[in-house]
Amino acid sequence: MEDRGTSEVRVGVFICDCGSNIAGYLNMKELVEHAKTLPNVVFVQENLYTCSEGGINEIKQAIPREKLTRVVVASCTPRTHEPLFMSACEEAGLNPYLFEMANIRDQCSWVHMGAREQGTERAKAQIGMAVAKAARLRELSRIKLGLTHRAVIIGGGVSGMSAAMALGNMGYEVDLVEKTDRLGGLLNELNLILPAHEPPQHLISDLTERLQANPNIKIHLNATLKAVEGYVGNYVATIAENGSETKIKTGVIVVAIGAKVLIPEGLYGYDGKSVITHLELERMLGQGSVSARNVVMIQCVGSRCDERTYCSRICCMTSVKNAVLLKEADPSVNVTILYRDIQMYGVENEELFRKSKEMGVRYVTYDPTRAPVVSEGVVSVYHLRMGKEIALPSDLTVLSTPLVANEDAVQLSSLLKVPVNENGFFLEGHVKLKPLDFATDGVYLCGNARFPSTIREAIAQGLGVAARAAGVLSKEALYTSGIVADINPETCCGCLGCVQVCPYGAINYFEDRGICQVNKVLCKGCGGCAATCPSGSARLDGFSSEQIYAQIEQALAG
Amino acid sequence: MKVRQKARYVDASRCTACGACAEKCPTKVPNEFNFGLDMRKAIYKDYAQGIPSVYTIDPQHCKVLTGGKCGVCAKVCQAKAIDYEQKDSEVELNVASVIVSTGYELFDATQISEYGYGRLPNVISSLEMERLLSAGGPTKGHLTRPSVIHGEARLKELQKLIKKAEKAENADELAALKKEQEWLVDHVQRYHTAKKLGFIQCVGSRDFRFHKYCSSYCCMHSIKEAIIAREHEPETVSYIFYMDLRTVGKGFEEYKVRGAKVSGLRYIRGRVAEILQDKDLNPVVYYEDTEQRKVVSLTLDMVILANACSAPKGIVNLASMLGLELDENHFVKTHPNRPLDTSVPGIFTCGCAQGPLDIPESVAQASSAAAKAAEVVMTGGRAVAV
Repeated sequence: MEDRGTSEVRVGVFICDCGSNIAGYLNMKELVEHAKTLPNVVFVQENLYTCSEGGINEIKQAIPREKLTRVVVASCTPRTHEPLFMSACEEAGLNPYLFEMANIRDQCSWVHMGAREQGTERAKAQIGMAVAKAARLRELSRIKLGLTHRAVIIGGGVSGMSAAMALGNMGYEVDLVEKTDRLGGLLNELNLILPAHEPPQHLISDLTERLQANPNIKIHLNATLKAVEGYVGNYVATIAENGSETKIKTGVIVVAIGAKVLIPEGLYGYDGKSVITHLELERMLGQGSVSARNVVMIQCVGSRCDERTYCSRICCMTSVKNAVLLKEADPSVNVTILYRDIQMYGVENEELFRKSKEMGVRYVTYDPTRAPVVSEGVVSVYHLRMGKEIALPSDLTVLSTPLVANEDAVQLSSLLKVPVNENGFFLEGHVKLKPLDFATDGVYLCGNARFPSTIREAIAQGLGVAARAAGVLSKEALYTSGIVADINPETCCGCLGCVQVCPYGAINYFEDRGICQVNKVLCKGCGGCAATCPSGSARLDGFSSEQIYAQIEQALAG
Repeated sequence: MKVRQKARYVDASRCTACGACAEKCPTKVPNEFNFGLDMRKAIYKDYAQGIPSVYTIDPQHCKVLTGGKCGVCAKVCQAKAIDYEQKDSEVELNVASVIVSTGYELFDATQISEYGYGRLPNVISSLEMERLLSAGGPTKGHLTRPSVIHGEARLKELQKLIKKAEKAENADELAALKKEQEWLVDHVQRYHTAKKLGFIQCVGSRDFRFHKYCSSYCCMHSIKEAIIAREHEPETVSYIFYMDLRTVGKGFEEYKVRGAKVSGLRYIRGRVAEILQDKDLNPVVYYEDTEQRKVVSLTLDMVILANACSAPKGIVNLASMLGLELDENHFVKTHPNRPLDTSVPGIFTCGCAQGPLDIPESVAQASSAAAKAAEVVMTGGRAVAV
């Protein structure tokens, strides 16, 4: 491989302690001394936190002072911090693509916590490889793009409605796409909302009226998303609605498709008559058709088990609510809740829990390894506190089942190229820091599609998504990444190998010239084409063969 | 609205946060950011990543600002950033919307005298534990027992006192000091690292004497601290005393199960009645194990209290200034269907100011509050009505 001269290159290396996340497990002194010996390195600095304002300032000051032409940071992970360091370079007048990162935390110190020496050797190799690549980096530029100031929201439950409302109020055009014939989602099937004893229809009709009155908001009922093309700021969504298909240009897409209640087929003798779900109980309560004298509710039916490991967050409060409503209707009814941990977190929930106890609802904890047994008219359970089996008369047994992902989730996940987790719930960009964003720009999530949530939480998340989306929509222009592919027209033989592997449809074949060309706006920089091209004509800027071979040689030399 | 910005006695536009001032400052003060587990100087910065990265002089302790002589920081500051004459300033802001995100305060556990907080050295709060586990904390992430931290400080003091007593030829005092020294040297050696930990849940929460509500995040917080302690020190064993383990968030239940499987966490369902300590300052926890239906005791190296999430004391004042309604717990009052709206149009709230919340929900709510404020700002106030 041809190697352009690197003799003029001056690399600065910043090595981060990340508090003790790195410094606690690796020998930092050795890393610093090693970095000093690497070719082209003229400056090495260790920081307690390179990402702190002080650390960033040190990068910015060192670039002109040490006449650095490349910067390497060895630290946490590019996933969260690369943009920060790149902009520090840019602010100091260095092209941001002349920056390289060595991931010595997520991929080294955290993995090799118990092996200080070997971990340190590995981090040395990682820094060496980053420096070798950095020396061969070239300046790249970003492309400016226009964008459509419009949002498409998939799902017309309370979360999607709240998102639509807020974006519409901010002045953006919104298309709210609901697959059924009415808005409101799961809320339509509930009886009353406590503590206010409010029928959910009030909330739904209030929101619906306000959405309908807002000229920015278009509601599509009986509608589904069929196809999506494009990228952040410039999506084209195909919506199938009442037998016809429309293409909508949109800047952002919100996933708010909700979830559904697990039907506990085969569990505890579920029959939909004397052994029912809470959703069925809500319907009966709404009709006033509950006549049972003894009601037993069982929590965690189909959740917190091997098949579904998660706690579904809202089932305990549903049981407590319905127990209170049963007691309010007739205080002489016996209600017993069999539970593992009663998940009444927060202020309102705990208050309701306490109220239910005052009303005489009985709570019995059970051990999942000695689960309750439901038989004709009786639920028996091992009472952990008494240390013996008890039998509870029951003419109505209510199974508290979790919310599970909608079956549409998988299809939508592949349409939008966003992930779902092992339980089928959509996976956010970062569990703590980006709860409403996907890792993909311009696509957001909220409500039960993300994870079971209360009405309060679903509304808050819907509004929150509006703010996240407005962060994109309020811009006048967007910029692409400089890391994109390019095809050398001189050597391309037009075999179409790249066209077939490109997942973004970003490569066109020009028959007249017999060559392929990259659309740099659509290109996401995955490098599939560069790896496939038999003639070496396709290359990914920022990951050229020259740069990667230099890294490999450095790794093998160490 | 008028905002008062307190004087920091350092010119923020000049300070480069090089730290020379704090290195030379002769005045040591207990570091409140680390709950007094170490010392800071009278010119200081809470922690490395603080923004803006600028030092501040503590006017209560600085020799110059308390009328004495010093001026060392001004001498060593190459950026000429020290300004002893700086005054509090008032900024007038013309705004369309306000977001109240004043957070929470830790419940003061000294109110539960049977737990001995503030009296027993090795009984600490969940946030003190957070500082002990932090790489930027007083022990750089090592789980040194507070009795040892204080013991080491006392040993330094004792050296001086012993010299004094030797000079004064005070035999009785000398003997007493030496005895204390001997005991402490032994204690510091034998009980250095806390490896057997007890976490007590619902300290001030779900308690009719204090806060009736559940503080939402403490179960996960304790589990996290116990898992991290184990990562630092593989011999660590943690006992978590709980009423209900409320691991309701995404991935939380799985995290709890993993804690027991791989990190040596033992979950004990039962309330702790009292904490005493043995002669070596080890906390002894008396509790009811409801699974075994027995009252038992357990000797531990350190006990961490999961203090409740309390409304900050200053909120009453702020609420009356803004005309906001608070609930009986002094959280900002909201409606379940309008979770960000306060009782005043255009003023929104998010995070623990409106009730206890964990991080993902707080972050999501912060965006929601921004959306509500943006509606007002971007429509010139028309959205306030709806």
